[in-house]
Amino acid sequence: MNRSLIISSALHALLIFITAMSLPFLAKKPLDVPPVVSVELIQIAEKTNIPFAPKAKKIIEKVKEKEKKLVSEQAPPKKVEKTKTKTVISPDQNNKKVENQTPEAIPLPEKTVKKVETKEEKKQNPDKLDEEVKQVSEFEKDDLFDPNELKAKIDKAKIDSSKQKLKKNNEITQDQDKSVLTGKLTITEEQALQAQIFTCWSIPLGLPYAPEDMLVRIKLSLKPDGSIDDMEMLDHVKMNTPGKERFRTLADSVRRAVQICNPLRVPASGYERWKNIIFNFDASEMLGG
Amino acid sequence: MLKKIILFFIILIPVNAFALIEVDITRGNLDPLPLAVSPLSIDETSRKSFEKILKKENIGSEISNIVENNLKTSGLFNPLDKKAFLQAPDIANLKPRFEDWNLIKAQALITGKVNYVDDKLRVEFRLWDVLAAKEMMALAFTTVPNNWRRVGHIISDKVYERLTGEKGYFDTRIIYVSEEGPKTQRIKKLAIMDQDGANNKFLTLGNELVLTPRFNPASQMVTYLSYFKNMPRVYLLDIETGTQEVVGDFPGMTFAPRFSPDGKKIIMSFAKDGKSDIYTMDLENRIVEKITNHPSIDTSPSYSPDGKYITFNSDRSGYQQIYVMKNDGSDIKRISFGNGLYGTPVWSPRGDLIAFTKLHKGKFYIGVMRTDGSGERLLTENYYQEAPSWSPNGRVLIFYRETKTDSKGEGFSAKLWSIDLTGYNERQIKTPTDASDPSWSSLLSN
Repeated sequence: MNRSLIISSALHALLIFITAMSLPFLAKKPLDVPPVVSVELIQIAEKTNIPFAPKAKKIIEKVKEKEKKLVSEQAPPKKVEKTKTKTVISPDQNNKKVENQTPEAIPLPEKTVKKVETKEEKKQNPDKLDEEVKQVSEFEKDDLFDPNELKAKIDKAKIDSSKQKLKKNNEITQDQDKSVLTGKLTITEEQALQAQIFTCWSIPLGLPYAPEDMLVRIKLSLKPDGSIDDMEMLDHVKMNTPGKERFRTLADSVRRAVQICNPLRVPASGYERWKNIIFNFDASEMLGG
Repeated sequence: MLKKIILFFIILIPVNAFALIEVDITRGNLDPLPLAVSPLSIDETSRKSFEKILKKENIGSEISNIVENNLKTSGLFNPLDKKAFLQAPDIANLKPRFEDWNLIKAQALITGKVNYVDDKLRVEFRLWDVLAAKEMMALAFTTVPNNWRRVGHIISDKVYERLTGEKGYFDTRIIYVSEEGPKTQRIKKLAIMDQDGANNKFLTLGNELVLTPRFNPASQMVTYLSYFKNMPRVYLLDIETGTQEVVGDFPGMTFAPRFSPDGKKIIMSFAKDGKSDIYTMDLENRIVEKITNHPSIDTSPSYSPDGKYITFNSDRSGYQQIYVMKNDGSDIKRISFGNGLYGTPVWSPRGDLIAFTKLHKGKFYIGVMRTDGSGERLLTENYYQEAPSWSPNGRVLIFYRETKTDSKGEGFSAKLWSIDLTGYNERQIKTPTDASDPSWSSLLSN
């Protein structure tokens, strides 16, 4: 009797455990979440609002204004300049430096470009805000009456904001939640992709209308930054079939379109959803079917 | 047992597996394809040889100019300015530096070289896909040096076909009626030229009035109407040999003879006793067969490409409209129902459309409609224009347009124009004299 009870209890416990594992909220964890840019900036301002330091208050108000601008622009020009000067060594910058360096030490043009690109990417990245905070703190450090206290507060603000940021990043909006769970793109995301391809696709206008040859399907494997890792023409056999030259022409135009659009501007989140994507290029409407 | 139970539950554990996302792309841009036509490279010895023979300083550049001009006039390609090219023609022909061509936004590249071999012109050309960095096509032609223009046209056709998926129309000729003199006393001669207006030649002296020359779709033969002692006669003219023969004298007025698609018959209309009917004549046995029999004016017949149907215009409904019937004259159906008068229907070589001239509220239009009369589209409007003729690929129409005379009776002119099916790419084809009644040949290099 006791044995049966134990087995039954164990199985029930296992069942409850698996049911708990199956609940959808657990599936959300590994998913990418879009950056929430504006929230941290506001919080930083609140945390650095020091009542007994009038000069600091002024400075912070200035920073607040600056932050508002940053929220709308997302790319402060000063900041970009700063990072560029840090990373890129241009020949004009300092001739002496170039002379002193060994040939191996001179950054190759490609590397330089890469460095600049990575910095630019950070414009869209919430991590950048940490640096922004650092900037503010450096700025205040020179002018405030009690620099240590202020620094401590700002550091605390930094930690708090980053914690909150992480928390927020793990949360997802209702819309995204839905699309992520269904594995589909939202209408906005789909339209954004379509709009990009529309501009890149030069339809071969001379192509005579043949209903069976008007659809070309191409599968893309994308990297997280939207660049194409691999592409596969789904009807590649048809492409090389004698008598299907028109289809081949259309398929060629599709391939060119995808290459021109590379890298694609992809949704900020849900890489798993769109890392493999199929584009159905249908020319029948344009070629007057 | 326990293992099975565990396995069962493991299967139940959810896995994040997404179906592949599919995005439909139903629109694209209509901009012409940017491509680079690099001048064909030529070595110094060959260049000097051709300079002597053809009086052309650099035949390689001349041929590439023809290719560039052809592709540009098609409206489907945008040849890029040669000044922007970063790679020299001789090196580009060996191995293009695709980054350089990509930089100037070229999506396709044409390279090649010209050689003087055994008193002949040898031209090699290659078509490259710049984005994919691969060769799409490579061909070579050898011919007599005087054929250099045709080589340019043939290259254009090959490139056009590879990039658009349909046959080109550049290695073709246009026959037309050349007109000179005052409007009341026009001297009309038969003339022929390349589709780009080059190599113009007059085929008749202008002693007799010539009308409606039409190419045989199957060969370089032309049929036309000429008045001999004020009597209309239908002639056949072989363009290659220059031989000419009279098909026959026909009763009353004869109009618009045109070949059947296989070139074995001529279809035309005769006017007699105040009515006009459509007849065919077998060119082998000269047997004439009446196709329509109606107390109205039936004219301008044109065969469908498969030869099974005939389109013509008739005023049997009270107004001139377009009709379609079977090739034996049965099953006549009216297909045009819009406002205005419709005439000169011509069946497209593709078989999908019928081009026509329309007169409505004092304006002339060139338009197209499907063979059942649906989808009517007017491509161009003017004071006076008519007689559309299709390019062999069924994408471009050539027609003639007349201008108004001023109050002094001057300023009249008649010129040839072409327009493609989009209705946007309208161009005048330059002729040394005024011109009317054009007819487009089939491809010479079939």
